[in-house]
Amino acid sequence: MPLDIRLPIGMLFTLVGLLLTGYGALSDTALYQRSLGYNVNLVWGVVLLAFGVFMLVLGRRASR
Amino acid sequence: MTIQLAAVDYAILLIYFASVLGIGFALRRYQQSSADFFLSGRSIPAWVAGLAFLSANLGAQEVIGMAASGAKYGIATSHFYWIGAIPAMVFVGVFMMPFYYGSRARSVPEYLRLRFDEKTRGFNAITFAAMTVFSSGISMYAMGLLLGVLLGWDFNVSVLVSAVIVLLYIFAGGLTSAIYNEVLQFFLIVGGFVPLVFLGLKDVGGWAGLSERLTVTATQAGFAPGAYTHSWQHMGSPDANPMGVEWFGLAMGLGFVLSFGYWTTDFLVVQRAMASNSMSAARRTPLIAAFPKMLFPVLVILPGMIAIALTTQAGETGFSLPAKADGSLNYDMAIPMMLGHYFPSGILGLGLTALMASFMSGMAGNVTAFNTVWTYDIYQAYIKRDASDRHYLWMGRMATVFGIALSVATAYATTQFNNIMDMLQLVFAFVNAPLFATFLLGMFWRRTTGHGAFSGLVAGTLAAALHHGLTLPRGSVAGIKGGWLDAVLNTYPSEMAQNFWTAIWAWSVCFLVTIVVSLATRPRPPEELRGLVYSLTERPSDEGAPWYRRPVPLAVLVLGMTLVLNVIFF
Repeated sequence: MPLDIRLPIGMLFTLVGLLLTGYGALSDTALYQRSLGYNVNLVWGVVLLAFGVFMLVLGRRASR
Repeated sequence: MTIQLAAVDYAILLIYFASVLGIGFALRRYQQSSADFFLSGRSIPAWVAGLAFLSANLGAQEVIGMAASGAKYGIATSHFYWIGAIPAMVFVGVFMMPFYYGSRARSVPEYLRLRFDEKTRGFNAITFAAMTVFSSGISMYAMGLLLGVLLGWDFNVSVLVSAVIVLLYIFAGGLTSAIYNEVLQFFLIVGGFVPLVFLGLKDVGGWAGLSERLTVTATQAGFAPGAYTHSWQHMGSPDANPMGVEWFGLAMGLGFVLSFGYWTTDFLVVQRAMASNSMSAARRTPLIAAFPKMLFPVLVILPGMIAIALTTQAGETGFSLPAKADGSLNYDMAIPMMLGHYFPSGILGLGLTALMASFMSGMAGNVTAFNTVWTYDIYQAYIKRDASDRHYLWMGRMATVFGIALSVATAYATTQFNNIMDMLQLVFAFVNAPLFATFLLGMFWRRTTGHGAFSGLVAGTLAAALHHGLTLPRGSVAGIKGGWLDAVLNTYPSEMAQNFWTAIWAWSVCFLVTIVVSLATRPRPPEELRGLVYSLTERPSDEGAPWYRRPVPLAVLVLGMTLVLNVIFF
């Protein structure tokens, strides 16, 4: 396999995770009325970030 | 309702576009031969091929359509997964992959030439190539339309931008690029839809609240209270369930003919397994895909059920499905409307990206199947036979360009003549239904001949057309829905029942005609069929590998889990 697919997946999810976490931490709570009061950006951002980093680690370990 | 996107949403979309193009360009220098471009140099690991096998089929029409059916028919829609996909996926992995992968055929039509003859391959290659171009065109059209309604984006911009992006990444990275992006799409769909299902379920009051509301939905529609929440219980008679089908038509039409016809012969999915790095990986590809496949109803059907439940009886946030101009509910908007309703900016960008990703990789799947069949089975077979490999690699890139150009043209044609599209889809259904009979006989009965296969296919296609022309779904007028032969011999309770029976007829006629004509024509000598027919092929052995790397134990596990799901939601 020329390029380990886990690297681009990890990169994308790390970036999106960071973006959502940051946005969730800074945004106004009124925004989350529509999501039943859950700060979905913050919570899901952290989950995606963890997944992204996990993929990056796996990908890097394999390509070394 | 048009949704306003914030900067953060656009940023997520941009990250996705950049990743897609980045993958394409990173793979560019590995495309040295036509085998690299069309078959990923047979180097893809099983899990990657498996997720691509799943995602290639998970275009946005599938996502949106399944949610729409979930809203319309309730949990019975999961038959399209548990009966209509899993058994066929297991079958193709365990029994058929040894021939597909072992024969070193580069495409499904090429296998047909090895096993039968040139005319059978030609028939399949040409209909399949046309089918892929039209499906990717329809996909583009649907996307342009949806983004217009949802975000107010211009149709031309949506279609052209997505076409150019897909073109660039396939042109650069070939099949590998398409496969990688399909895997990416898989994770995006999961990442985008899990929070949506969570919020929807919260709003509706969990599974208990959902079933309670769906009981009301069912009684209002004149069915037994459990008609939307039980998948098998109300299949005894077509009038007892919203789908209008009974268990025999469902099991034979969907579970056997349509599902096996699609998963075992459609090059769009089979190509993903052919690209994997070993026989064992090729056989495990559909089995690995089956695990997430059996759970996907949670992500794509459940939102539809939640949408209709909340429309019947409002929840906390007042979500309900929009109505069409004629007053009926617009089921297709279930997922897009829920995204707009529950997702605040930020995660909204993620949800839309997931939707866009499934549109684009649906397109890309068709385009990569098209450029391969065009180059190997039409161009190399009938136009330019003995060119260098470099030339075919170049042709593959050109085919990518004009395949996408034709898709764009189809998208625009669809905006003009909506009926032509229905018509084309109908014709393709006729072509596809009998194909599984040809493969079944070809792979498991060595006496099957080329003449038998070809005449069976033609007869089966005609039988499908004839059946459609002589029957009608209840409450429809003769025309595109059937009955165009001026004599209606049978009226089915629903369009779906009619489809299932068209498929059953087409399959049976193809099966019988193939047998009769094969017996009347001269068979090929056994030594020519080695590796192409079950009885003349060595069983691939996977002794010594751990159980989770062996196809048969995986297959048993998949079937067992599917059975459990059917029992739970019986």
